[in-house]
Amino acid sequence: MDISNIRAQFPILTKKIYGHDLVYFDNAATTQKPQQVIDELVKYYTEENSNIHRGVHFLSQYATEKYEKCRTKVASFINAPQPETVIFTRGTTESINLVAESFGQAFINEGDEVLISALEHHSNIVPWQMICERKHAVLKVIPIDKNGDINIEMLPELITSKTKIVAIAHVSNALGTVCPVKEIIKLAHEKNVPVLVDGAQAISHIKVDVTDLDCDFYCFSGHKMYAPMGIGVLYGKKSWLDAMPPYQGGGEMIQHVTFEKTTYNVLPFKFEAGTPNVGDAMGLFKAMEFMESVGYEDIAAHESRLLDYCAERFNDLGYVSIIGTSAHKAGAISFLLKGIHPYDTGILLDKFSVAVRTGHHCAEPVMQFYGIPGTVRASFAIYNTLEEIDYMIASLQKVYSMLSI
Amino acid sequence: MGIKEKTRQLVEEFDYFDDWMDKYNYIIDLGKTLPLIDEKYKTPEYTISGCQSQVWLHAELVDGKVIFTADSDAIITKGIIALLIRVFSDETPDEILKADMGFIDALGLKEYLSPTRSNGLFSMIKQMEMYAYAFREKR
Repeated sequence: MDISNIRAQFPILTKKIYGHDLVYFDNAATTQKPQQVIDELVKYYTEENSNIHRGVHFLSQYATEKYEKCRTKVASFINAPQPETVIFTRGTTESINLVAESFGQAFINEGDEVLISALEHHSNIVPWQMICERKHAVLKVIPIDKNGDINIEMLPELITSKTKIVAIAHVSNALGTVCPVKEIIKLAHEKNVPVLVDGAQAISHIKVDVTDLDCDFYCFSGHKMYAPMGIGVLYGKKSWLDAMPPYQGGGEMIQHVTFEKTTYNVLPFKFEAGTPNVGDAMGLFKAMEFMESVGYEDIAAHESRLLDYCAERFNDLGYVSIIGTSAHKAGAISFLLKGIHPYDTGILLDKFSVAVRTGHHCAEPVMQFYGIPGTVRASFAIYNTLEEIDYMIASLQKVYSMLSI
Repeated sequence: MGIKEKTRQLVEEFDYFDDWMDKYNYIIDLGKTLPLIDEKYKTPEYTISGCQSQVWLHAELVDGKVIFTADSDAIITKGIIALLIRVFSDETPDEILKADMGFIDALGLKEYLSPTRSNGLFSMIKQMEMYAYAFREKR
């Protein structure tokens, strides 16, 4: 695989920041976009823009067809059994909120339990907290160990007869831990409890097969997998989606409306109220094509080489502590320079044109677990190189000498 | 020396630096001169929100002038707040409230001014102004 060939497809990577080549290690926040995705957006708004479904005119029908083609492609991309089990949303957060609200409305009652893990992003905590508060249900948490791995041995005891759903990250955004979701799903299903997987941090690194995982819901964002911001996916098993009430009301999601009674549309439209984000769906289509052109196997191999190399170089420095030392990691490495606030490190790395993220990464409970204010997180994508890691290491050495006096 | 003169001096000092590293080394050094807040004020009441690092700011009125003390767990934040304290401490509430904030721009720190920026320079200035306002109203 020729990385320079891949890099050439990402125009932003030639940008200079403070006069130096951009080193973009904030991919867990959002990935950059390849030219074909950018071009597709321009093409859509230049030549194809029209509101979809129900339109009888040429452009509307053309855009509808392309939008639905994207749905079909997503279904095959994650091996979903039917296209209508793919719901388009604004992103992972909205996907989780949709399930928490709609599933919670129908199936969570007083005294019931929702089980999440201590690794979750706020987006997979707060929506559950909100529905639990409203329904007087209880939010329970699977603890993690010091490596940042989920304590899976505790699962049989944590899933009780009151547990209504398990919601778990596929990959931790703060630590990069890959969770054993397949095993968790199997354990939960043995007790007839459905599982939602937050795949926001997995989708760009790990080949996702929802049929093989047998998950009940899978959520991800386009913008973390080379697609535009504002488009995301909720996959749900048809039996669940059919049984759940609509999330939002409006156009598209109805069958018939009278002032007395409204009947709802079939899947997937039942969950897509209002004009959908057609343009960004087109971009998502191109992003999936891009990822397929590289292939998950090569993506995973390259990114794990980057992670391993980065960890090695950190260890060589002697004053870097890696936060989260699971044997199974993808995409991200969290760290601290000894005795130095992550914010200081991030601010100065930025001056070296290295883009990292600092802080609690919207996973405050993880930081509380480690008793730290936050971390510096370097997160990788397919276009990153070993040379860029070398440059970050050299920059970190200068940063450390500035800050450790 | 009033706020105007102090900011003029700062801008002059900053003009010396032709690269960012010198400037940040200077900010880091400034942090070491920060008049530290009494440990007993390191409570949520004195914490400035809107910062990625923890910042505590205390103010008292002494002979009609506001005296600021502060601390932070991050070194650069400490430097930035030291810079602000150098400008605004030991001034009357009126002087603080009518101060021209243009010097932030002139120091090349404008990038930190947006209210969403994680280091909360904006929140620090707001908090200092709030103290000044409260002291002025109390009189």
